Amino acid sequence: MKNSEAKNGKGDMSKDVEGHAFKKPQADLSEQTDKALSGLDRRDFLNVAAVGIAGMGVCGAAIPFIAQMNPSKDVSEQSKTEVDISTIQPGQTVKVVWRDQPVFIRHLTEQEITEANAVALSDLRDPETLEQRTKAGKTNWLVTMAVCTHLGCIPQGSNSSEPRGEYGGYICSCHGSAFDTAGRIRRGPAPTNLVVPPYRFISPSVISIG
Amino acid sequence: MKLSPPPYQPKNAFTRWLDDRLPVIRLWHDVMGKGYLVPRNLNWLWNFGVLAGIALTIQIITGLALAMHYVASSNEAFNSIEAIMRYVGFGWLIRYGHMVGASLFFAALYIHMFRGVYYGSYKAPREVVWLIGVLLFMLAMATAFLGYSLVWGQMSYWAAQVITGLFSVVPFVGEKIRIWVLGGFAPNAATVNRFFVLHFTLPFVILAVVGLHVWALHRQGSGNPTGIEVKKAEEVVPMQPYYIAKDLVAIGVFLLIFCSLVFFYPNIFTDPDNYIPANPFSTPAHIKPEWYFWPFYAVLRSFTVNFMGIPAKLWGVLGMGLSVLVWGLLPWLDNSPVRSGRYRPVFRCFFLLFMADILLLGFCGKQPAEEPWIRLGQWASLYYFAFFLVILPILPLVEKTKAVPSSVEEAEKKRTDA
Repeated sequence: MKNSEAKNGKGDMSKDVEGHAFKKPQADLSEQTDKALSGLDRRDFLNVAAVGIAGMGVCGAAIPFIAQMNPSKDVSEQSKTEVDISTIQPGQTVKVVWRDQPVFIRHLTEQEITEANAVALSDLRDPETLEQRTKAGKTNWLVTMAVCTHLGCIPQGSNSSEPRGEYGGYICSCHGSAFDTAGRIRRGPAPTNLVVPPYRFISPSVISIG
Repeated sequence: MKLSPPPYQPKNAFTRWLDDRLPVIRLWHDVMGKGYLVPRNLNWLWNFGVLAGIALTIQIITGLALAMHYVASSNEAFNSIEAIMRYVGFGWLIRYGHMVGASLFFAALYIHMFRGVYYGSYKAPREVVWLIGVLLFMLAMATAFLGYSLVWGQMSYWAAQVITGLFSVVPFVGEKIRIWVLGGFAPNAATVNRFFVLHFTLPFVILAVVGLHVWALHRQGSGNPTGIEVKKAEEVVPMQPYYIAKDLVAIGVFLLIFCSLVFFYPNIFTDPDNYIPANPFSTPAHIKPEWYFWPFYAVLRSFTVNFMGIPAKLWGVLGMGLSVLVWGLLPWLDNSPVRSGRYRPVFRCFFLLFMADILLLGFCGKQPAEEPWIRLGQWASLYYFAFFLVILPILPLVEKTKAVPSSVEEAEKKRTDA
């Protein structure tokens, strides 16, 4: 087979030399048409493939350099904070630290609970009831992040000497967001209520955050 | 027609030898020497680009010295700066120089930018000069923020918290991005470290981009207050010695102001709260950025209610981002065929109002987040965006401009006659 092909090939070429001058340009022309039709010849394909593979390699090599900027293990694994709440009187709020961030633990008074429950859900930007934001049977314990959901300042109002805003909860003096006694956003630029972190009562007087 | 400057001619055997191998003297000649022809009618407002460059140089030199003593750790950062102020030889001078230098850098940048708006410097064929300038402005803002955080006082810490909080508006992954940027759940030891690395690196990036800025400018040549392109050799003078000399006078005045501030009013621009060490568990009652960010801060705070289905927080961040980016759109927002504000009486009124509006915005940004400042800031923000997005595009359709002289020479003759 090979021999005969070679022979044919040679035969064709000798024909060219003998004067079929138009044969070669014709072949070129059809090649060009092929390229125009598919938009891709073999060299283009190789270029695209090589650049594509190299690009994937660069992206892969970038992963460690991007990942190193994530919190390191000693930061990200700070998972739990336990707090004894037995000494917190009604009307009092304490600030505790969980994952480098402050958390408000607020012992609500009867009046504050009544105020929170009196609000119609339709008046809220981020509708949630006090029940939904506290543990069952423990609606007097409001545990929220002390981090404004706008840009992360610590709202004022945990101490009775600080202003609490017109809704009686907290007010963020950075950009003017006001929260009610259930820690819900009522006015200002913050998009959502103060975040309730994951926590549970491990005894009637101790909560574990995280 | 492009004017042809005198080519560089090496004077002796050594400079001939060097020019064949590394044409650095030729480069200087072409860029800052006799080979760069500048319109002869530039006013003092054209000195502020060079002054911004001088301020950048001051920042890099004082910054390098400070970096030799600064400790990038959340426990040590604040104390190391107090040690620079008290124990390091001339540390107080170098640090005050860096603090005042940052303010003067922005002052020079703002005047340089307002000059560009008034005289239409951004118009064709200098759009790329302008775009690179806006990029430089953003790089300077990022660098200034990072440097301010490094002090790790109360304002530094809460600036880091609030500014990285801007990332949290990205839908779905915002909080993850914020934590990634900080390297923790709140600004911490990792944050100081990376901010220091970036604050050290960015000025050199800025330097490189300044190179592009000047390159793009010299491709078309400097503009001038008439907004008419120079056409004749009589309308230009070589950079060296004429504008080098003029720049040196401006630099002298600039250094006089710089030294007066460093020696007599070093803390005039800073917030006393930043001399309290960072406390992650107490936000100061009234946090505000440095003066050069007040207008943008006021825009951020102007969005207080959700509308069009977008939360107020996202509006605020988008508004603040747009208030910077919109500068980059100027060449396409202002289609007036007349370049200079000198021949645009209506534009001139709106421009003056725009400058007053920025001052008002800045004033509102400085105030606590209370009424009437929020409401006032909202009106000022409205005019700010209206100037860019409504007034500038509509003006060319309705404004009757003054007759523009046919050449720089004629324009200046008219001015001296009048």
